[in-house]
Amino acid sequence: MPTSRTIAVAMSGGVDSSTVAAMLRADGYNVVGLTMQLWNQRRLAGREGMPEAVTGRCCSLDDVYDARRVAETIGIPYYVVNHEDRFERDVVRPFVQEYLSGRTPIPCSLCNNHLKFDQLLIVAQQIGAEAVATGHYARVDFDEPSGRWLLTRPTDRSKDQTYFLFGLTQEQLSCTLFPLGGMTKPEVRELARKHGLALAEKPDSQEICFVPGGDYKRFLDAYLAEQGDSLPDTSGELVTSDGRVIGEHTGIHNFTVGQRKGLGVATGSPLYVLQIKGDQRQVVVGEQENLYSQTLIARRTNLISIEELLEPKRVAVKIRHRHEPAPAVIEKRDADEILVTFDEPQRAVTPGQAAVFYDGDVVVGGGWIA
Amino acid sequence: MRRVYLDNNATTPVLPDVLDAMRPYFGEHFGNASSIHHHGQETRSAVERARESVATLLGCRPAEVVFTSGGTEADNLAIFGLARSGDHVITSTIEHHAVLNSCKQLQERGVEVTFVPVDGRGIVNPDDVRRALRSNTKLVTIMYANNETGVIQPVEEFGKICAEADVYFHTDAVQAASKIPIDVKTIGCDLLSISGHKFHAPQGIGALYVRKGTKLEALFYGGSHERSRRAGTENVPGIVGLGKAAELATKGFAAGDDRATAALRDKLQTAILDKIEWAGVNGQGAARVPNTTNIYFDYIEGEALVIALDLKGLSVSTGAACSSGAIEPSHVLTAMGLRPDRARASIRFSLGKQNTAEDVDFALQLVPSAVERLRELSPLYNKKTAVSS
Repeated sequence: MPTSRTIAVAMSGGVDSSTVAAMLRADGYNVVGLTMQLWNQRRLAGREGMPEAVTGRCCSLDDVYDARRVAETIGIPYYVVNHEDRFERDVVRPFVQEYLSGRTPIPCSLCNNHLKFDQLLIVAQQIGAEAVATGHYARVDFDEPSGRWLLTRPTDRSKDQTYFLFGLTQEQLSCTLFPLGGMTKPEVRELARKHGLALAEKPDSQEICFVPGGDYKRFLDAYLAEQGDSLPDTSGELVTSDGRVIGEHTGIHNFTVGQRKGLGVATGSPLYVLQIKGDQRQVVVGEQENLYSQTLIARRTNLISIEELLEPKRVAVKIRHRHEPAPAVIEKRDADEILVTFDEPQRAVTPGQAAVFYDGDVVVGGGWIA
Repeated sequence: MRRVYLDNNATTPVLPDVLDAMRPYFGEHFGNASSIHHHGQETRSAVERARESVATLLGCRPAEVVFTSGGTEADNLAIFGLARSGDHVITSTIEHHAVLNSCKQLQERGVEVTFVPVDGRGIVNPDDVRRALRSNTKLVTIMYANNETGVIQPVEEFGKICAEADVYFHTDAVQAASKIPIDVKTIGCDLLSISGHKFHAPQGIGALYVRKGTKLEALFYGGSHERSRRAGTENVPGIVGLGKAAELATKGFAAGDDRATAALRDKLQTAILDKIEWAGVNGQGAARVPNTTNIYFDYIEGEALVIALDLKGLSVSTGAACSSGAIEPSHVLTAMGLRPDRARASIRFSLGKQNTAEDVDFALQLVPSAVERLRELSPLYNKKTAVSS
């Protein structure tokens, strides 16, 4: 009997990745379950404004317990690997830095690029696995004509996670499996029940795994305090686009582009955050109509379906997780920079978020909005 | 799949003779050792026979042995039983968490604690202990043998220093018991902890040697068990198992078991170092217990090696596991001055009485190829070879 292929499954303790492990096991693969210990949930617990104990979250003991139970149920070896140092260096610190610079970061993409599809893939290969499978809703296929690995939107559009995966390299994609790409969430839950997984009804997690309750401002405070630092003073002026000072604000990290509430100024018409000038600590506000941009620059880009962007290309561009991709033309500006020109101006283009380019369902590539 | 267990410093299997000795005390002889009737008397005498065996292993009087639930409780009883707010306690940076975290808790309770360092071999310099003494020093607690490296501390010197200064000396001998002969008089300690499951008794039983006359406050309140030092109905099967394991350990020294274990360990260590480049022993140059070797393999992650070996049937370990089961960087290796990457690249092999030469051969079949595979896929290693070629 030929040795069957060994696949490492990145198990978070949630329904999706647990079901992936059960599916692959049922298909006859040698499955090894791996959970990444990324953040000590107790680390900031009890600090000013932070909850005392955090349960039922990524990297919490409850999730490790759930993942371990699944591994036991389906009969696979299971290990927890510690990547706390890398996570802090490559995800948490940049997250904090981005906010303090007036941008709105996406830690999940950083985690995918630097942890899940980098460190975890290395561990997987070192322990004899040829690929890592995850519970992401996306598809990965090899395209013969172009000779490239393609990342494609999944069947369940409401769960589409390709936006967070634009940074994957060809090498990473070639060692990655997304078994849920052709399934809907209800089908996944049904399959979990069929495999007898006790967590089939476990609710989805939505928020950033290391920020309890989604309150990133409290997290910034608590994290910086723990580092023996205090939140730097990023307070400054609220200005209009023509430079007129109309008020003060408490710190640029409290704002994100497109935000309306909480500006603390009363004027006739509603005001929105148009821009955050990190170096001058200014928050530029204005009318809704001024929130729209025709172009954006994407930096630190990664291309997937094509090797190089040799000539302008028509695509649809998604500028935040819950954004319907908008028709646009992309063209190369610099080695690492792409200019996006939308057919119609887009609302609230937010620095720090990703711009991801789609050709139909296929991810062409993406970059970070400058 | 063949499975070989070389992680005996974590825990050991209960030996068949130990299990046989314990078995009647789960059923036939079930009495409460405090009861005055026949059933109670039966178990009382079993408990006292076990106490004698433990006393023989440690070179003390039976009345100086207090049974506990294990090494952690023994350490806690020694430390919290003595230190009070305003006192000063001296310990080392390489203690087991049972001592380290107890001492950190003492700090919360108004006790001053000095953590003395170790040298590159992992040894505490007795002069550092002497220099750390203060007028209010109540207790010195330094381990006998380290759980990660097996390095043996100069406990007799600590004992002398403490006797001269009239300070209590406790040593956590959890990793020394049954590996090297222990004599509390020679050491000159007032308190000494052991744990059953580290030498083939079951988990959940341990003991603290308390020198006669030591004023120790109990941790628990309840009945007057263990001369009022440890309230709670005795774990009779566990105590009987500990007694049997102590008896086997005493016999083992007479039969040269420790030398046989050292020979196996040395074979494993020498062959690994012969076959694998960029590897070395942590604690090189220090006296070590005969069953342990801790080896670094540069350019790998120890965590991945442990998993890779486990998938091939060999159980070894690295550092200490945190509550999730993930591996934490070793505070012991870090305290010895290892670079963080080398500390992470270190693996502990620890033998038990059940291990054979075949077990060592099995390990030697697996370890070199596993290390090689990890290195082939290591970004650090590839960078290194790129630079050197």
